[in-house]
Amino acid sequence: MTTFRSRIQEAFAEGVPISIDLGARGRSERRAAAAAAFPQMEAMRDRARVIRAGTIANLDDYLDAFADAAQRSGSTVFFAADAAEARNYIVDLARREQVTRAVKVKSMVTEEIGLNAALAAAGVETVETDLGEFIVQLAGETPAHFVAPAIHMDRYQIAELFVDKLGVGYTDDPVELTGIARRHLRPRFLTAEMGISGVNFGVADDGSIALVTNEGNGLLCTTVPRIHVAVMGMERLVPTRSDLAVMLEVLARSASGQGLTSYTSIVNGPRRPGEPDGPDQLHLVIVDNGRSATLGSTVAEILYCIRCGACLNVCPVYRHLGGHPYGSVYAGPVGAVITPSLYGLEEWHDLPATSSLCGACAEVCPVRIDIPSLLVELRRQSVDRSPPSISAGVRLFAALTTRPRLYRFVTRALGWLGRLWSRDGWMRRMPLVLGSWTRDRDLPSPAAETFNDWWRRSRGA
Amino acid sequence: MPVQLFITCLVNSLYPDVGKATVALLERAGFEVEFPRDQTCCGQPAYNGGFHAEAGEQVRQTLDVLDATEGPIVVPSGSCAAMLIDHAPELVAAEPEYSAKAARVAGRTRELTQFLVAESGIDLGPVDCGRATYHASCHSLRWLDVLDQPKALLDGAGVERVELDGEDECCGFGGLFAIKSPEISAAMLHTKIDRIVASDAGVVTGVDVACLMHISAGLRRREVPIAVKHIAEVLAGSPE
Repeated sequence: MTTFRSRIQEAFAEGVPISIDLGARGRSERRAAAAAAFPQMEAMRDRARVIRAGTIANLDDYLDAFADAAQRSGSTVFFAADAAEARNYIVDLARREQVTRAVKVKSMVTEEIGLNAALAAAGVETVETDLGEFIVQLAGETPAHFVAPAIHMDRYQIAELFVDKLGVGYTDDPVELTGIARRHLRPRFLTAEMGISGVNFGVADDGSIALVTNEGNGLLCTTVPRIHVAVMGMERLVPTRSDLAVMLEVLARSASGQGLTSYTSIVNGPRRPGEPDGPDQLHLVIVDNGRSATLGSTVAEILYCIRCGACLNVCPVYRHLGGHPYGSVYAGPVGAVITPSLYGLEEWHDLPATSSLCGACAEVCPVRIDIPSLLVELRRQSVDRSPPSISAGVRLFAALTTRPRLYRFVTRALGWLGRLWSRDGWMRRMPLVLGSWTRDRDLPSPAAETFNDWWRRSRGA
Repeated sequence: MPVQLFITCLVNSLYPDVGKATVALLERAGFEVEFPRDQTCCGQPAYNGGFHAEAGEQVRQTLDVLDATEGPIVVPSGSCAAMLIDHAPELVAAEPEYSAKAARVAGRTRELTQFLVAESGIDLGPVDCGRATYHASCHSLRWLDVLDQPKALLDGAGVERVELDGEDECCGFGGLFAIKSPEISAAMLHTKIDRIVASDAGVVTGVDVACLMHISAGLRRREVPIAVKHIAEVLAGSPE
């Protein structure tokens, strides 16, 4: 696999689409407006954090309760230790039930386990039904954002894509484009044998699952096909429906600036005898895939995440880079913690390193995850993987700054040197590690006299 | 009342004029300024980079120097103040002696504008620096809640102040981040500079020299003739 560094360079060489910055900014502004219009927002965030913290602290108990309740309401529950187990279970189910067509509701965890490719290999035609995800799937790409998968594309690109892949006439009118997708998807909803969804929240005490969408596709996918497969990261629980209500208050506002999404579906088991609709089977696939290890780690707080994407929208790194270069399903500030905690720092230590620690993410997180501290914690764990020049520089500076007399001498000497090699107090080109500073910026030279020397000279103490 | 000046390594070596202006301001406000000369660096760059053993050494050195003094500790840099207030106690939490020192020092530490507004009010005399705009540095804003204080000081001094669009967006410095991720850092800086240019200000000011250094380094490379001044320099008026 390529390195994060090389993916960043490639993204900048190609040009990061401006639609990412525009889309993320628009979403941030809508979130801010929704939060401002909801007087209880800050109190709700406090409650949401308490709910998530309590759930994660007792996750084993809540998972048992959830699984029991779900089975009582007629669902089949499968615990998948890793991505392969989850994929295999669903592929085997599809084979056993002779499924050839599946429809999907946008879900990050199904991206995480690579479900679409596995189903395609097993001969199941799987269609994404969220408009953004449908676009991304047509383009053969992966989502660039948790909530807005096609944030990196503009409508002209989408228009070309539809001409190319769907054989329709060119239109870049968003309403017409949506109509094309709708007409394409409608028969697929009606003929699919399997509907696949994620789970926004599982309710531990009654085994229900909650799904939020804005397009109604979630409702169709979970009620029309005869089999519903719901894939859930094992941390996505809340204890009760009252807790769910709190989470929905903060989720929609944080994700899209809405008081509530257009559709909120709460599903409790498959169709019961006498009920007019709903699937015959509901399979709940609960995915661990590294989460248990995260639970026992110093960054367990990241499991509070409810995938609203608010931290991506405000993150200046995400806005200027986009999602794909992160190389993982999970991008942005929270992704820079989730990805290495699920897959290991050895391969992913560059993700937490790539942040200015500005803290904008923590400011908007609906469950108040202290993302900057988690990033620093992961940097601490991977400090031995720092570039040698940076490690050497930090160690040298630490040695110097713990010896005040030597520090005063060296800073004085740097002032003398600065006068020799700078022009009007600035340097334009520096060698080695400082070269990456002077690529785009000048470097100020040390002043002729340090403050410390000035103080001694003028104040004599 | 004596105040202790924690000048920060960047001001000491790169921006001594910011230090002189800070002294002038504090004295004008009636404080007796003391400067413990054995101070060096708070350890923030090492801490943020994950080098916690090295940061711990720097923190202990800083605590030894500052805990031997009396009175408020004033810092002309929000991120270094946040380091002393938030992260230093955490780094030495396992060592009882330093833990006590860290708690005392954290309780005494204030960012400059925070201190001025709380202790002496906002009337430090009028200054004229032309049209100025304020960049809200991330650590000052989000760790110390410093935003209204510097603006009140600027407004109180009669500075013609224009709001900066996206004032709370990071300039892209982030310490080692600027060196380890130069493309992203520079892209963030360009966005910031575009906003500063659009504000039509002749001066951009702030409370953290690290961010101001980054902004001025980018302005200079782009040959944009906008002055960058730490708020202490703006408020102190012309240098001594």
